[in-house]
Amino acid sequence: MSYIRLVNVTKRFGNVTAVDNLNLEIGKGECFSMLGPSGCGKTTTLRMVAGFEDLSDGEVWVGDRLLSSPKKHHYTPPENRNFGMVFQAFAVWPHMSVYENVAFPLRLRKLPAAEIEQRTKDALTATNLLKSANESPASLSGGGKQRVALARALAINPDVMLLDEPLSSLDPHLREEMRFEIKDLQRKYGFSIIYVTHDQSEAMALSDRILVMKLGVMQQIDSPLDVYNNPANKFVFSFIGVSSFTDVVWQSGAACIKGDNRPLPQGLVVPARMQGEAVFNLASRPTEIRFTNENDINAVRGVVMRKAFLGEIIDYLVKIGDQEVRVQIGRRDPGPETGEVCYLHFLRPFWYKVDE
Amino acid sequence: MSTIKKDSGFGVAQIILLISIAVLVIFVAWPVLLILFNAFFVDGTFNSSDFYAVLTEPETFQALKNSLIIASMTTIGSTIVGTFFAWLVTRTDLPYKTFMKSLFLVPFMLPSFIGALAWKMLLSPNSGYINTFFMETFGLTEPVFNIYSYFGISLVEVMYLFPFVFIQVCGALERMDPTLEESARISGAGLFTITRKITIPLVLPSIMSGALLIMLYSMAHFGTVAVLGIEQGIYNIPTLIYEKIHQSGGSFDSIRTGTVLATVLVVTAALIIWAQQKVLSRGHYQIIGGKSFRPMELKLRGLRYPLLFFCLAYIGFTILLPTVVIFLVGGVSTYGLPLTWENLSLDNYKYILFEYEVTKDAIFNSVTLGLAAAVITMFAGVMISYVIVKMKVRGKGILEFLGMLPFSVPGSVIALGVILAWSGKFGINLYNTVWIILVAYIARYMAFSLKANSAALEQVHDSLMEASRSCGATMWQSLKDIVIPLVRPGMISAFFLIFLPALRELTVSIMLYAPTTRTIGVAIYTLNEDGETVMSTALAGIALIIIVCGQMLINHFTKKVSE
Repeated sequence: MSYIRLVNVTKRFGNVTAVDNLNLEIGKGECFSMLGPSGCGKTTTLRMVAGFEDLSDGEVWVGDRLLSSPKKHHYTPPENRNFGMVFQAFAVWPHMSVYENVAFPLRLRKLPAAEIEQRTKDALTATNLLKSANESPASLSGGGKQRVALARALAINPDVMLLDEPLSSLDPHLREEMRFEIKDLQRKYGFSIIYVTHDQSEAMALSDRILVMKLGVMQQIDSPLDVYNNPANKFVFSFIGVSSFTDVVWQSGAACIKGDNRPLPQGLVVPARMQGEAVFNLASRPTEIRFTNENDINAVRGVVMRKAFLGEIIDYLVKIGDQEVRVQIGRRDPGPETGEVCYLHFLRPFWYKVDE
Repeated sequence: MSTIKKDSGFGVAQIILLISIAVLVIFVAWPVLLILFNAFFVDGTFNSSDFYAVLTEPETFQALKNSLIIASMTTIGSTIVGTFFAWLVTRTDLPYKTFMKSLFLVPFMLPSFIGALAWKMLLSPNSGYINTFFMETFGLTEPVFNIYSYFGISLVEVMYLFPFVFIQVCGALERMDPTLEESARISGAGLFTITRKITIPLVLPSIMSGALLIMLYSMAHFGTVAVLGIEQGIYNIPTLIYEKIHQSGGSFDSIRTGTVLATVLVVTAALIIWAQQKVLSRGHYQIIGGKSFRPMELKLRGLRYPLLFFCLAYIGFTILLPTVVIFLVGGVSTYGLPLTWENLSLDNYKYILFEYEVTKDAIFNSVTLGLAAAVITMFAGVMISYVIVKMKVRGKGILEFLGMLPFSVPGSVIALGVILAWSGKFGINLYNTVWIILVAYIARYMAFSLKANSAALEQVHDSLMEASRSCGATMWQSLKDIVIPLVRPGMISAFFLIFLPALRELTVSIMLYAPTTRTIGVAIYTLNEDGETVMSTALAGIALIIIVCGQMLINHFTKKVSE
């Protein structure tokens, strides 16, 4: 059941269209991520949901409440939307104690004193901050500050939690830890999350569904697994995970990797839609290639340019013709040495046109 | 292989440290010490009851009270005006905001004593143009406004001092992370609550710091009170010191009263600086954010253009009107003639620039003194800042303490101090020469140089110098080839920060001038005192032109440097 609805949402800044005709439906209690490179419109979308940006066109709904609609001249200001929001730069108020920061939204709602105290303490307990309640947030670490921001957003028991790159200011180790804390809190409180990030592993780990955006246009909305396994287009393929794009050309009717005059093997079938393309791409992920032998019907011949031991995995750069392909295998798997000829089996090849 | 040699006894570092200490002691510490000594010691013995007696004389006590009254009114007024305009140009949708912001910095260029001179001509009770206009047109028997009053003096000071608060608050509001306010908004707070609970508390340290700066400036401010107050017997501390020294020709009693008043100023200044440090360090929140969207703007709606008009009217009334009056009055042959086309000419300006010895001397003196002071202080400032910011030598603590001194010694104190130090009692007599003014300027502007240079030096990471040393350069070579080129922007800004104010200096030079060593400020002031109003005003007009050209030169240079 859809709870948050964005209908034909468009945002223009002067001549630039930051978000172009976006339609979204997010369920109650769902964790929904918006993913894309900077400037793709994900933060602008979030700010439109929050009410910090007005819409150029379209409507934003939560439940049966219309929040923004320029056509109907309707706009609910952020302070009346009952959302929780956490920002990248923490935005905890340095002139108030941790406790006062968290109690602030409750005081604004003119709740009875006993309830304010109870709910503040609950939020502080949930975020492991009870012992720092009377400290200044300035004395806390980055992770501590972000917990204060989370507690403050939790205190009002929001319907929707908006998270704007909340973990990007933290160091990698802490980032991973906080990720799961947010997920735990969501399970406990049951709010919906809209999560903006440019970090794909963060989006993968947290989300029920992911929206991938590029230059204001929606590319794909799917579960993390589907976005990874069935990318909707070349952009999504290249944005999610590590990828190699290899140029392929036609030579006297046979598809060859550029700079190499051996035709591609029987097992590697070029889809019909690439007929007539002068150059097109064979796209692959390093973990979905394995080394095989000369007699395999899938074998593509290459030379190992570089072999790097990265701990859990071994990373190869293999040259085929004048193209380079990255291959990763487990550290216990047998593999060739630098300078040796090798044979690659592309387990899950994707085919894209160059300008796709 | 050479062994590492411990710095034994005397090296380059020690020499630089000693020279630095010597500069600050000779130019700043010693004159101040002489003032304290003369204030508390009578005939070589400590005598605090005498100090108290001087302090409670009706005349001195009144001057202390006046300084406090005027400074308080000025501070409150400037803080309100400065904060309001800062908020208007940073947090609302006022039209032409960037242009208005630069317009509000213009008052900085107008020396307040020249402003006071203009307001005297506009609003003096008997002959001010505005007062006589209203009295003649509407048959009023009383003047509309008497500028010769506490309120009048404070009003004029507010007009030219509020940018201190304006700049500080603008900076804080612009640097403030907008998400601090946005997170209050999403928590359910309206704009009014956000302003009250979040924005104002967060910029309060900046407001306070600007306010204290104005308090310090106004307490020790000579020009406005001298032009507008003395006629009505309103003296503050600096004007009373001047009056005492000036009238008695340096008698013991007047020097003593001067030193007692100067001591009060030094102590007050030290207290204010201390309070400012305290406010800034305690309230120094990290409110600068990462990625930031535009901050929220209050929609003024129907008030947009009325408020724009109000700002323009404010600038017109406080800057344009006085400037126009200065140039017009400078153009008539006798003060009091109606300001009509046929009465106006450029004769006064020509006379001042090419014939009149007094003003020609004054312009020459101010320019050469300003250049000399700026060059010397710039180099001394680089050296001292370098020791304080970068060097690790023993005894640096003394220099750090001495380096704080120039910030808290007001101009009239410095003037009195150099009189005590350099009028022959200690073998060298510079009194009645330009050299005594130069010495005083160096002391007065050392703070500016230290500030600009240490800010530039803090940007130069230690590793740059270390890298040069590891390439085989000596300390001198590294200084010359690495450090100096990198701090050049700081030095240039120090130069202009000294040269321009020195051109319009009044407080120090008025206590030290001799008939042939008048500066522009002194000439304007004394000509006005002697009743040569039109000459004084015409010179003020020329001073304004020089200042505006100088400011444009600065803007040009600093732009080039930052590119």
